[in-house]
Amino acid sequence: MKKVSFAHMGYSYLGFKQLVEDMGFEAVVPASPSPATLDRGVTYAPEYACIPFKMVLGTYLEVLERGAEMIITSGGVGPCRAGLYGMMHERILRNLGFNLEIFIFDPPLTGLWPFFIKLRRVLKAAGLSWLAFVDVVRRAWAKLKLLDELEQLATSIRPYELKRGETTRTFRSCLKIIDQARSQKEIAAAREECRQLLQNIPRDAGRRPLKVGIVGEIYVLLEPFMNLEIEKTLGEMGVVTHRSIYLTQYTATDVLAHGAQDVRQLAHPYLNQFVGGHGQNSVGETILYARNGFDGVIQLAPFTCIPEIVAKSILPRVSRDLGIPILSLTIDEQTGRAGVETRLEAFVDLLRQRREQMEARSNAALLPGY
Amino acid sequence: MALHIGFPTALIYYSHFPFWLAFFNRLGIEIVTSPLTTKAILDDGAREAVADACIPIKLYHGHVLTLKDKVEAIFIPRMVRTNKRATFCPKFLGLPDMVRATLAHLPPIIDLQVDAGRGLWGFWPTCRGLAELLGFSLRLAWSAYREGRHHQDAYQKLLLAGYLPLQAMAKLRGETVEAPAREPGALNLAVLGYPYQVYDQYISLDLIGKLKKMGVNVWTMEMVHPARLYRLSSRLPKRLFWHFSNLVLGATYHYLQQGNMDGIIHVTAFGCGPDAMVDKIMELDIRKLSQGQLPFMSVSIDEQTGDAGITTRLEAFVDMLHQRRGNR
Repeated sequence: MKKVSFAHMGYSYLGFKQLVEDMGFEAVVPASPSPATLDRGVTYAPEYACIPFKMVLGTYLEVLERGAEMIITSGGVGPCRAGLYGMMHERILRNLGFNLEIFIFDPPLTGLWPFFIKLRRVLKAAGLSWLAFVDVVRRAWAKLKLLDELEQLATSIRPYELKRGETTRTFRSCLKIIDQARSQKEIAAAREECRQLLQNIPRDAGRRPLKVGIVGEIYVLLEPFMNLEIEKTLGEMGVVTHRSIYLTQYTATDVLAHGAQDVRQLAHPYLNQFVGGHGQNSVGETILYARNGFDGVIQLAPFTCIPEIVAKSILPRVSRDLGIPILSLTIDEQTGRAGVETRLEAFVDLLRQRREQMEARSNAALLPGY
Repeated sequence: MALHIGFPTALIYYSHFPFWLAFFNRLGIEIVTSPLTTKAILDDGAREAVADACIPIKLYHGHVLTLKDKVEAIFIPRMVRTNKRATFCPKFLGLPDMVRATLAHLPPIIDLQVDAGRGLWGFWPTCRGLAELLGFSLRLAWSAYREGRHHQDAYQKLLLAGYLPLQAMAKLRGETVEAPAREPGALNLAVLGYPYQVYDQYISLDLIGKLKKMGVNVWTMEMVHPARLYRLSSRLPKRLFWHFSNLVLGATYHYLQQGNMDGIIHVTAFGCGPDAMVDKIMELDIRKLSQGQLPFMSVSIDEQTGDAGITTRLEAFVDMLHQRRGNR
């Protein structure tokens, strides 16, 4: 059986594991990224490549050493560099002497025919019919959707938890339950079970958490190791976070269709051009969060990420115009946990004070007769 | 009184200025350029622009600042595509928005799109838009466009003949500029990189001038026809997304095929996104295609780079090349 692997991105590895296994391959599931993974990537990657490139390269090196023979990954349309990463990774790995098969799937919109041909080659290697494949994809998709749903649920519960860390622990046990579920029926049952588990976490409903939107580049947003578990950290500080990108929603709007048009439309007064990656989305989503009454926005960007640099230079203007505080965090291999936590604490303090001031002002306006 | 429009001496200045100068002049508009880069311009730009930006982008902000009180408008075209095969780097795509969001009290910015991805007409749609915006007739715009093309073609010819961009522009203005001389028997070095980085004497620390003083024949990507550069860049399994990056890679393959080069130098900006890819591909492919015989050096530049450091590296590289020749 051919050993197949893929990149690690957030919790999606459970969905891809199932996809690869159901196709009849042996899945080499990449371990959660660690500092050692990153070190390896950094050693062989170009210095100014962004941290997702380095991390994915490190992951590939690890799975290749564990015997992976084939890697399946995504391409892209540019002008963000990520669309060329498959090609670059392949060149670097071959130069290091690895003999691997790498399938880079560009979005079907850029060319249906090459997509189809590549897929046919993979299916041939798997010995799978198209009909069987459709069923396999449906199940993997259901699992990916469930993972996204539960992650959102956990994020919304965490700021209310009575016992610190309980949501995260429960979520981890949910991951195990989801991993066991294979058929549509089992996945549906796992959904009910996990929702129950999360809903049953003892909570203090009287809290009034701050609301913070998180925008930025997809990989650092989705991979908790990369963003130093920002959602967990903020949640345990008593902040409800809303992340702008989830994998299944992203796939539906940006990979299989022409992008989240309305968000990009919103960005137009400030950035009137698609600049690749999520640059324009970051601006549009910030405006959306401001309009929806969020207390603040955090932008996560890998160091040297070109589209996010464009967004970063425009966001201060959006912040001034719409009166919403924005914190930009740039992440690279030097980024330390303590530094990020300090900055997050300071930002949350600022947001709290701001809310108190605003409430004091509006109360004064409410009580003119006294 | 004629309208004054500012044109920063940075980024596309080195590749497209002759076209725009001739175009605007024909319309009776005075083009005001910023002075060549100085320490003050770079410092101003670096202070205002976002810290993560690359040095050419910071520098551009500095050049806009020197112009802002002298002109009625600043021309910052949004460079999207000049052909259907590649776009510009995202920072070019967002440039007018970045400048507008970052710098205060600017005159109006003319940020019409240059997107020649669909048609064969190049800059014409942009020129038509400019004429509508500024209130000129289409007929006048067309003749201005023709004149721009004419000047740009003359400029291209001079570049292909070996003139460096600033010399070629001086020659177009009617100044007497000596034809570029090549020493037979001297070292041949290809200096490759984005024109706004290689030819800006201040930020490149006059790398080309230094090499010439060392008696080296310098070859750059502008000395090869762009069509050939594009053709060669398609050797990659997937062509790069960015216009200038493809030209640099095409030039790498061109000079590799030429076979008479003693070495290749890649000039890149600290933190340049596309160059993280370009530099690695150059390193791997030069080694592979020349069987490890052609020396390659990558020089990365930012606002902290010191003159002495660059000089030492260039001297060491050139010394090494001389020794290799002696050994052969």
